[in-house]
Amino acid sequence: MPESTVVLDATAIQRTLTRIAHEIAERNEHGAEVVLIGIPVGGDHLAARLAKILSGIWKHSVPVGILDVTMHRDDLDQRVAPTFHPTDIPFDVNGRTVVLVDDVLFSGRTTRAAMDALNDFGRPKKIQLAVLVDRGHRELPIKADFVGKNVPTALDEKISLRLTESGAALDEVILKKK
Amino acid sequence: MSWTKKHLLDIESLTVEEITTVLDTARGFKAVGERAIKKVPALRGKTVVNLFVEPSTRTRISFELAAQRLSADIVNFSAEASSFKKGETLKDTALTLEALNADFIIIRHSASGAPHFLSRVLDAHVINAGDGAHEHPTQALLDAFTIREKKGKIAGLNVTILGDILYSRVARSDIWALTKLGANVTLCGPSTLVPKTFEQMGCRVTHDVDEAIRDADIINLLRIQHERQRKTMFPSIGEYTQLYGLNKARLAKTKPDALIMHPGPINRGVEIDSEIADCGRSVILEQVTNGLAVRMAVLFLVNGGKGPQKVA
Repeated sequence: MPESTVVLDATAIQRTLTRIAHEIAERNEHGAEVVLIGIPVGGDHLAARLAKILSGIWKHSVPVGILDVTMHRDDLDQRVAPTFHPTDIPFDVNGRTVVLVDDVLFSGRTTRAAMDALNDFGRPKKIQLAVLVDRGHRELPIKADFVGKNVPTALDEKISLRLTESGAALDEVILKKK
Repeated sequence: MSWTKKHLLDIESLTVEEITTVLDTARGFKAVGERAIKKVPALRGKTVVNLFVEPSTRTRISFELAAQRLSADIVNFSAEASSFKKGETLKDTALTLEALNADFIIIRHSASGAPHFLSRVLDAHVINAGDGAHEHPTQALLDAFTIREKKGKIAGLNVTILGDILYSRVARSDIWALTKLGANVTLCGPSTLVPKTFEQMGCRVTHDVDEAIRDADIINLLRIQHERQRKTMFPSIGEYTQLYGLNKARLAKTKPDALIMHPGPINRGVEIDSEIADCGRSVILEQVTNGLAVRMAVLFLVNGGKGPQKVA
């Protein structure tokens, strides 16, 4: 049995998201320009939760989208075809500040793919990156603007986010050792 | 994700999970087709060869566009303007194409099993775009996609396939796909074109068209494959139309929400009344749109599949 530890529990996840939302609000003076785009699986639900908190701070609704990055991955030749999730961006990204939301920042390759994928939908004024967990081991020059928690990991460890939105009994972030 | 196959040769050898994976993936690609920028870079740098030894317009164009929307390069090869005319064998033609570093070979051939043969002698991914009267897997997948999208499910639906079943690769692939997915498939047409032996494939055979379409949720019409019929299978086209063609009187006796499908090319006034082909219950053009998404999904999925190595 692989050993696993809880990195963030339900309360900590919600508190972390509240802090990230305040940081987003602090960084972006013009809330009306900000849209959140989550990367499935995981980032899409987090984006929806952040949008809810942010609309409470800004007193207006914050648009949320979902961006699948599968088609822009750089490892399609080295693996079995990954699951292709639907993309849904029901607003114009041109001139907006897009906050990309992902659950875990690791090699940075997903973020690179997300920025490429976003290109097909227009030219945002700015792109910022919010992640719940930064586990290190970057392979590309990418850095998150908003980080929930830095978790030092070994390469063969696995971090997974479980949310009630995707059927889990309770919210938690788990670190599994090999 | 449950797709690990290197080729798409037929529906018969696919599992329900594999079929469902194609349909789910195609849903994503259909959405890509509705964007302002309809192209994704998934197959950038790959070369796709359309090896069409038998004529085709819609399937060839659909695969061509599918490859282009995945950013692959595509070469079209048609039998009329090729070395087949000079006596080159299929194997030598395919090896020549592979020597040019083709990554995918999409083959249509009049001989059943031609794609299976190629998959044994080539390193490239092979996709069957129709082999003789054997199978036309992407047609069945797009039919299943269209049914699932329109009806929300496939299991439990009554699907009637009406027309020339004997010479139809579409019928065989449809039967495999739809029975695997839990539909009740009925075949109907003249007894010469719809032999009872098809019951072995898990479907019902009847020669009474009104009975066949009465409880159908889907009526899938097939054209008469004159090019494959070696002898006359029924007295005349006129008689076929009268006995088996879908006309307004027959349609009036079907379920009001029964959908009309046809893989094309349609012969207006033969198997289908012209007005019916254009009516609100016909999803013939949506099948074409869905075909593009399904073929993108197939190219994308087999690209990640690793099969056994070729035999020398």
